Amino acid sequence: MKAVCWYGAGDLRVERAPDPEILNPHDAIVRVTRAAICGSDLHLFGGFIPMMKSGDILGHEFMGEVVEVGAATTAVKRGDRVVVPFAIACGQCFFCQRELPSLCDNTNPNAGTLEKLYGASGSGVFGSSHLYGGDAGGQAEYVRVPFADVGALKIPEGVDDEQALFLSDILPTGYMAAENCTIRSGDVVAVWGCGPVGQFAIRSAYMLGAERVIAIDRFPERLHMAETHGKAEVLNDEDLDAVEELRDRTGGRGPDACIDAVGMEAHGTGVAALYDRAKQAVRLETDRPTALREALHACRKGGTVSIPGVYGGYVDTLPLGAAFAKGLTIRMGQTHVHRYMRPLLNASSAARSIRPS
Amino acid sequence: MSLVGGSLLLVFGLSRGGRSGALAALGGGALIYRAARGRSLLYDALGLREEPTHVARVASLAHCRGVTVRRTVAINKPVEEVYAFWRAFENLPRFMRHLESVTCDGPRRSRWVARAPAGRRVTWDAEIVDERPNELIAWRSLDDADIRNAGAVAFERGPGGRGTTIRVSLAYAPPGGKFAAVIAKLFGEEPSQQVQDDLRRLKHLMEAGEVPTTEGQPRGES
Ligand SMILES: NC(=O)c1ccc[n+]([C@@H]2O[C@H](COP(=O)([O-])OP(=O)(O)OC[C@H]3O[C@@H](n4cnc5c(N)ncnc54)[C@H](O)[C@@H]3O)[C@@H](O)[C@H]2O)c1
Ligand SMILES: [Zn+2]
Ligand SMILES: [Zn+2]
Repeated sequence: MKAVCWYGAGDLRVERAPDPEILNPHDAIVRVTRAAICGSDLHLFGGFIPMMKSGDILGHEFMGEVVEVGAATTAVKRGDRVVVPFAIACGQCFFCQRELPSLCDNTNPNAGTLEKLYGASGSGVFGSSHLYGGDAGGQAEYVRVPFADVGALKIPEGVDDEQALFLSDILPTGYMAAENCTIRSGDVVAVWGCGPVGQFAIRSAYMLGAERVIAIDRFPERLHMAETHGKAEVLNDEDLDAVEELRDRTGGRGPDACIDAVGMEAHGTGVAALYDRAKQAVRLETDRPTALREALHACRKGGTVSIPGVYGGYVDTLPLGAAFAKGLTIRMGQTHVHRYMRPLLNASSAARSIRPS
Repeated sequence: MSLVGGSLLLVFGLSRGGRSGALAALGGGALIYRAARGRSLLYDALGLREEPTHVARVASLAHCRGVTVRRTVAINKPVEEVYAFWRAFENLPRFMRHLESVTCDGPRRSRWVARAPAGRRVTWDAEIVDERPNELIAWRSLDDADIRNAGAVAFERGPGGRGTTIRVSLAYAPPGGKFAAVIAKLFGEEPSQQVQDDLRRLKHLMEAGEVPTTEGQPRGES
C-alpha cells in the first residue's frame, strides 16, 4: 500500500509499505477512505516529539471501511463504514470504565518508557511517536485498528464521510475543550488559536451557553473563518497585546474561561518569544508556552483555563503565581474521543450543522 | 540490597521445606535488611504478619550479587480471577517474557523452562511451598536446580473493591559460570524493570484479553 511516512524533522514522504495484518484478536483492518491532518502531526513534522522512527506511518484522524476482523472482534463487521478515535482504548480498565479512554492502561505497547518520563502512561495513539505506542497511522490505504469493537463507530446512513471524519479527533477535542470550561450562560470565552481545534472550540462554547467568544490568532484567513463561520469576535495578536485587549473588552475583569488551542509551538513576539525559541532550539525547553502564559494572565479570578493544545515536556516561566492568586481551575489532556463520538454524531445541532467544507 | 557490600548473604534454606523456609528463601536481601532494621521487608512487601521461625540453612555466596525483586500492580479484576490465573502456572509464560513454558506435575510440583542465550534452554523443577486461596502463592526451585530461585505473590482486594492489588517477590541465587549469562538474560540489566514489564503484561492480559503490540506492523520502505 501507499502511506505517509516520517523520515525525520521536516521530511515526510508518501512511500510504499506492506499492508497491515491482524496482530491481535481484537483488531480490525480498515481500508481508509478519508484522513485528515492535525496540528499534532505538525509537532511530529517539526521534530518536537521524541521517539519517532524512520518510516513511521502518520495519521490519527481517519475513517473507512472494515475489510477484516480479528477472532475476538464481534461488534464490528466486514463492510461496516466506521470512524475511529485517535486514542486506542480497551474498554475494560479502571480508566476506560470511568470514561477516560485516552488514559487507558492497556493499549500502549511502550508504556514502560512513558512511565519513566511522566510517571504513568496514557493510551496508545495512532500515527504518533513510539512514546504513545507507535501504532501505524491512517494516512495510508489501510490501517490496523486495535480494540475495534471499543473504538470504531459505525456511521449511520445519511451522515456523509466529511461530517463523520471529524469525530475522530478535532470535533470532540474542540468540544471537550469547551466542556472543560464549565460554561454558564452569559460567559465570555477566549480561544487562542484558530486552527481546526480552535474553530470547533468556538462553536462548542456557543453551544454550551457562552454569550461571547473572542478568538485570537495572527492569520487573517483563520480569524476570518472564526468570525464568519464561528460568529466569534476576533483579536489579531500581531496588532494588539492579547491580554490587555481582553481585559479592555471585558470591563477589566478578564474572560470567564480561556482555551489554549495552540500548544507547544506557539508563535510570539518580543523578548519572551525569542527566549523560548532559543531554548527550544537547543532543547533546554521542549515547549513554547506563549498562548498558555497569556491565558493564565488574562483569565478572570476564579475562572477556568482549558488546555487542549498539546505539551510534551517542560516549559519555563509559567505564571503559576498568577494562577494561584486568581484561584484558577486548569483542565487539560488528550481528548476522550470515545466519550463524545456518539453524542456528537447524534446531536444534529453539532455534527450535522458543522460542515467543514 | 547491597547493604553488606562485597559479600551478600542469600538465604537459601528449605532443607525441611515448609512455609517459613520458603519465605525466607524469597529474600536473602530482605532478611539481611531485617537483621539491620529488625523487620523483614519481604514480609512487609507481601503484607504478611508472621515471620519465619527458623532459617534452615544460610548459604554465604561471597563475591556474587543476588537478585531480589519486588513489584506491585493493580489489576481491575476480582481477586478470585487473578489468583486462579496465576495459580495455573502454565499461564506464567504468557506474561513472563523469558519463560518458555511451565508444566504442572501434580498439585504442587512444576517444571519450568526458560530461554537462555544463544537459543539454549534452562530447566528446573519447582514446588509450591505455601498457598492460601486468594491470598498467597509461594514456590521455590528444588534443591538440585542450577538456578535456585523462589517466588511469592500476595493478592489483596483493592481499596473500595477496586479489583486486585498483587505484590510479587522473586529471588534468584546468582549462579556462577555459564549460568550467570542466563540470569542476565532472565532479568536483564534492570531486573525490577523487567518484572514491572511482566506484571504490566499480566494486567493487559487479565483486563483487556490481549497484550498490545506493534510487532509486525507496516512501516515505510527505504
Ligand atoms: N488534546 C487533544 O487531544 C488534541 C487533539 C487534537 C489536537 N490537539 C492540539 O491542539 C493544538 C491545535 O491543533 P490544530 O489542529 O488546531 O493546530 P493548527 O496548527 O492548525 O492551529 C494552531 C493555530 O494557533 C495559532 N497560534 C500560534 N501561536 C499562537 C499564539 N501565541 N496565540 C494565538 N494563536 C496562536 C496558529 O497561527 C494556528 O492558526 C495542537 O497543539 C494540537 O496538537 C490536541
Ligand atoms: Zn489530532
Ligand atoms: Zn482501557
